[in-house]
Amino acid sequence: MNGEVILRVRGVRKSFGGVHAISDMSLDLAGGEILGVIGPNGSGKTTLVNIITGFVKPDSGEVFFRDKRITGLQAHQIADLGVTRTFQIMRPYHSLSAFKNLIVPLNSPRVRRTRGGRLGDRDAVAIDILEEIGFERDAYVPYKTASSLPLGYLKRLELARCIALRPEIIICDEIFSGLSMAEIVTMVPLMEKLQIEGITIMMIEHRLRELFRLANRAIVMNFGEKLAEGTPEEVMGNDKVREAYLGTEAA
Amino acid sequence: MVAGERRRERLDRGLKVRTESLYALSSWREMAYLLTPRLLLIVGLLMLPLVLSMYWQRVLCSAGIYALLALGFDFLAQYVGLVCLGGAFFIGAGGYISGALNAYLGWPPALTIPIATVAGALISTLVLLPCLRLRGIYFAIVSFMFPLLAVFIIVALNVFRGTEGISALDTFPNIWVEQYLILGVVVFSLFAMRRLVNEDIGLIMRGIRDNDQAVRASGINITTYKTKAVFIASLMGCFGGAYLSHLYGWLGISLFAMDFSILPIAATVLGGMGTLVGPVLGAFILTPMSEALRGFGQLRVVLYCLILIGFIVYKPEGLMNYLQRKYHQFEHWEEV
Repeated sequence: MNGEVILRVRGVRKSFGGVHAISDMSLDLAGGEILGVIGPNGSGKTTLVNIITGFVKPDSGEVFFRDKRITGLQAHQIADLGVTRTFQIMRPYHSLSAFKNLIVPLNSPRVRRTRGGRLGDRDAVAIDILEEIGFERDAYVPYKTASSLPLGYLKRLELARCIALRPEIIICDEIFSGLSMAEIVTMVPLMEKLQIEGITIMMIEHRLRELFRLANRAIVMNFGEKLAEGTPEEVMGNDKVREAYLGTEAA
Repeated sequence: MVAGERRRERLDRGLKVRTESLYALSSWREMAYLLTPRLLLIVGLLMLPLVLSMYWQRVLCSAGIYALLALGFDFLAQYVGLVCLGGAFFIGAGGYISGALNAYLGWPPALTIPIATVAGALISTLVLLPCLRLRGIYFAIVSFMFPLLAVFIIVALNVFRGTEGISALDTFPNIWVEQYLILGVVVFSLFAMRRLVNEDIGLIMRGIRDNDQAVRASGINITTYKTKAVFIASLMGCFGGAYLSHLYGWLGISLFAMDFSILPIAATVLGGMGTLVGPVLGAFILTPMSEALRGFGQLRVVLYCLILIGFIVYKPEGLMNYLQRKYHQFEHWEEV
């Protein structure tokens, strides 16, 4: 972890017709860390992801990536800079096979640039990435159409699409949700590996136990605002957090 | 349990599995499996002019134009996710450009057709460019409007001799050139498109069809690729238009006729959506059929509709999906 702040969110607000999805949100993301963002349903976590990655324009406030203002840029331009995301509701290319799903990001301008012009054997690169994230090689799985893959593989495919871009930041929107314990157990080392490779990760998550195994730092959101920030222990010790997030019984 | 409750079980033929990889080259059997349907189509199409009478040869030419439009429609709808009902605009743009170049500047068809193909496609793409952000039905409605708009402009401004049109354009030297030009272009376009959709650019377009947000999240500008796709589809349509104006030696507002937008869709439904070859076959079936039914007068449209409804209700997958399944898979009934 190098500690240098690479993503800054400043005073972001967003409301959808009278509902304040995010009323005032600021955060810093340091290079190399894993930041967990938690909060009850409807606290504005996914909207925050959408704003950072350019899928939704904020009403006010700004997002900076490496001192470059990225609010107002198109989603594909932000992804091109290296800020990628997974979707909470998986968005695979249903009609394409799993490894062909990766041919799409492998043809992006960013990959062409970083890999230097023409890719070699793209199919092999795609299969390698799939193996890296836990698709069995030669087990027909990479050749199955995405529409026939089970949920666990689709979640991995979401992540693979980000990895294929060789990003600087991956924002995972509830990548553990809906997975069995056994599947999560295999995903955790994968996230650790990405961190070691120098990728900064921001995880929106409901599965706190698994998240806190990974996260260096956590932010709690409630009603579109930051409720608390700190190490996982600090955050969970915070009375306001226990009340808002876990409910009063847990206190 | 009710007697006779069965389900159909389908299994890929071993031959199909083998021919999907390099094993396709391992023996004549595999090669023949792959080549037969393709050769059947190419040879079949190229033989048609030799067996048809003069009248039906003409019908074949216009069927070729519809085939190009249907191919473009299928490509845009099933591989890019743009349902484009503006086929008539492609025909009109191509037809008016080549016709005008021929009538006003006296350039020969050998020159005007290629120019009109490219220029018409450029214009069509520019016109559709602002609507590319729209999806699904919204794009369909807006694209449907453009041919109508073009007609109103031509009539209102009385350009290109307004409603009368321009006649006595140069035509092709003989019926053989007419037929083999369009058939050649149809066959070439068909195989080019089949190739394209499996290349990287085609995969990105199919990605846009399946999930445009995910493509954006991969750092790819989807508008660029949609623009390219529309340009490719309108190339085919504009060629058809340019060819049409020289086929009849005439240009007029009926080049923007609704038929050019609607019949390709019917051909696609009949032939099988998403197969590319299906819509081409569909056009070669529907166009002669609509000619043959001409004898029924007004009833023609009713019969025509009945056939279409029949297909939509009883074989919604279309002809080609059905044939491909029969060719590639064993089927047998199994007691449940």
